[in-house]
Amino acid sequence: MATLDTEQPLAKHQATENLRTDELLLNMGPQHPSTHGVLRVIVKTDGEIVKAAHPEIGYLHRCFEKHSENVDYMSVMPYVDRLDYLASMNNEQGFAIAVEKMLGLEVPRRAEYIRVIIAELQRIASHLMAFGTYGLDLGAFTAFMYGFRDREMILDIFESVCGARLLYNYMWIGGVARDITPDQVRMIKSFCEYFKPKIDEYNTLVSYNKIFIERTRDVGVIDLDTCKSYGLTGVMLRAAGFKWDLRKDMPYSIYKELEFDVPVGNGEQGTLGDCWDRHIVRMREMAQSVRIIEQLIDGIPAGPSRGKIGKVPKPPAGEHWSRTECPRGELGFYIVSDGSTNPYRVKCKSPCFMNVATLNDLSHGVMVSDLIATLGSFDIVLGEVDR
Amino acid sequence: MTFDAILEKITARFPGVTFTKGETKPDPFIALPKEKIVDVVKYLNELGFESLHCISGVDYPKTNTTEVVYHVASFQHRTTVCLKVILPRGDGQSIPTLCGLYRGANWLEREVFDMNGVTFEGHPDMRRILCPEDWVGYPLKKDYVTPDFYKGMPVPLYFADQGEAGDPGQPSPAGGGH
Amino acid sequence: MSASDNLVLTTVDDVVNWGRVNSLWPLTFGLACCAIEMMATGAADYDLERFGCGVFRATPRQADLMIVAGTVTLKMATRIRTLYEQMPDPKWVISMGSCSNKGGPYWHEGYHVLKGVDRIIPVDIYVPGCPPRPETLLEAVMLLQKKIRVQQNNAKAFEFVRGVPA
Repeated sequence: MATLDTEQPLAKHQATENLRTDELLLNMGPQHPSTHGVLRVIVKTDGEIVKAAHPEIGYLHRCFEKHSENVDYMSVMPYVDRLDYLASMNNEQGFAIAVEKMLGLEVPRRAEYIRVIIAELQRIASHLMAFGTYGLDLGAFTAFMYGFRDREMILDIFESVCGARLLYNYMWIGGVARDITPDQVRMIKSFCEYFKPKIDEYNTLVSYNKIFIERTRDVGVIDLDTCKSYGLTGVMLRAAGFKWDLRKDMPYSIYKELEFDVPVGNGEQGTLGDCWDRHIVRMREMAQSVRIIEQLIDGIPAGPSRGKIGKVPKPPAGEHWSRTECPRGELGFYIVSDGSTNPYRVKCKSPCFMNVATLNDLSHGVMVSDLIATLGSFDIVLGEVDR
Repeated sequence: MTFDAILEKITARFPGVTFTKGETKPDPFIALPKEKIVDVVKYLNELGFESLHCISGVDYPKTNTTEVVYHVASFQHRTTVCLKVILPRGDGQSIPTLCGLYRGANWLEREVFDMNGVTFEGHPDMRRILCPEDWVGYPLKKDYVTPDFYKGMPVPLYFADQGEAGDPGQPSPAGGGH
Repeated sequence: MSASDNLVLTTVDDVVNWGRVNSLWPLTFGLACCAIEMMATGAADYDLERFGCGVFRATPRQADLMIVAGTVTLKMATRIRTLYEQMPDPKWVISMGSCSNKGGPYWHEGYHVLKGVDRIIPVDIYVPGCPPRPETLLEAVMLLQKKIRVQQNNAKAFEFVRGVPA
């Protein structure tokens, strides 16, 4: 068992007391392979046991909020892309929905269908990345290769749809930039066919692997109270056993017409809300995303893929707080408009920001390697944490 | 629970306090005095608004105010309520912290401090979070001016009068060569 | 040496450069979006390993190629300088993506973004794109190899070969 047994802190404590070494201040990052970017964690260790871990962020603070005050609504979109660069499409959808609500704009049904299909594909790509890099963090290189192989197929679809591999600028306010063609529909269909059996394969390969389970179960447990106290959302909240998905509970776009399940953690391998639960929730969500795509792909309605909207959208003065379900949790945009072409203020509330904040609470008395396992299971993207 | 019902409940719970309904479209807000923010958020928690989602600072030089905006969300009511504390603009405004209620408030408040310069009274760790600790100024204030240099590194791409920063003739202080 | 053995005549520079060209070890150093494309280049489809360049090292002390992949912020800039100084000579730098070339989309209002990593460390190859495709990074690596192949090495560096100081 990797963690110190918190049930019997006294016995464990006495056993190590004679072996006490000096406290060591360890700087993990900003350049560190397992911090997923430029996160810096100041770790206070006693031997291999972590006493405290203070995350320091801001090493990728790219001034998103300042930029969005100085460009018009359409031009904010490329910056939104670069927030969570593993799930750009979901970010775009979130921002587009927020501005459309302020404009009071109805999006054509065809555009909504395309958006949801693309967003779910992006969710799969993002979770594949999480799966791959989590394997990498725990020493399983195969998962990384497999994850990237399938992710490339999704990127090929995106490339065909909008021309870019990573940062798309595809979902515009009022619709999507380009319509999708029957060829692309076929590509998406054949990807779904290909990908469905792969999820089981990955579960056999990684999720139910004995070594993987031993590394992740009972590690980094986040209970529901912690979740609520930190305002955690998305996978973190669902892994703690709370069934809450904005797509289901406060549906936006066309999600309310769709059938899908919301996977939650159930403490199958250890404690409820541990790293394994978070991992398996992601794996199961991929299957649900495929299910959503399959429901939509055959019935994309005909019609325009962009609504009637001027070149420069000009929402009336007012403010709006909008949330959408991104792969990492709920992405919130607080937009204040003063009636001009540029937003007066755009505040982006990223889910990863809160996820990282919990790290210190989870780090007392764990091994250094468990800290890596915990951090990996958050699936953080620093572009979104620092903005 | 509708917005008006929430406002009604809060008004009934705290008699003698002025709660103003802000009629902004599409989302209305509740403006309240800063002394009451902790109590109101605590009361909202009892009502089922269990999740503090966002704290933002917005700067309004025109009306000479700074707003601190709280978005508190509820799972059971499936809605969000927006609370606003309107402070006078200028240096050294302060507002009580919510760290005692929500642990997540810690970082959110640090960000507002970093970006808008609002201090939170009673906050355990009131430091900058995104910018380096020795950063000068609060970037999301509307009158913020980007510094020319930070630690010897030129910040703007072009200086207004001299062409590109760091060009020959203007050796970059931290630069090096093979 | 018997007559049946083959004999190759070459210069020390060529041999050393040949070795360097085919064992470029990059530093595991991802900053932002471009790092994802860098990872994709190293992963299954593009396989950077084919060019002898896929052994990503986690420590700068074992690396001789730094791929600056992503936006360099002012908070990070001093760390990058440190990492660069920690790398043993000879070392090369690829600046990957518009952000590290010239600030990218953050050039205008980016109060916290360094407009070009070449303001703090010397850069050998600039890769344009936001983010550059993996193929572009591959070409940059090949271009760098071309550069290393014709590199004139300092005679002082080969004292050990000749046994006498130059």
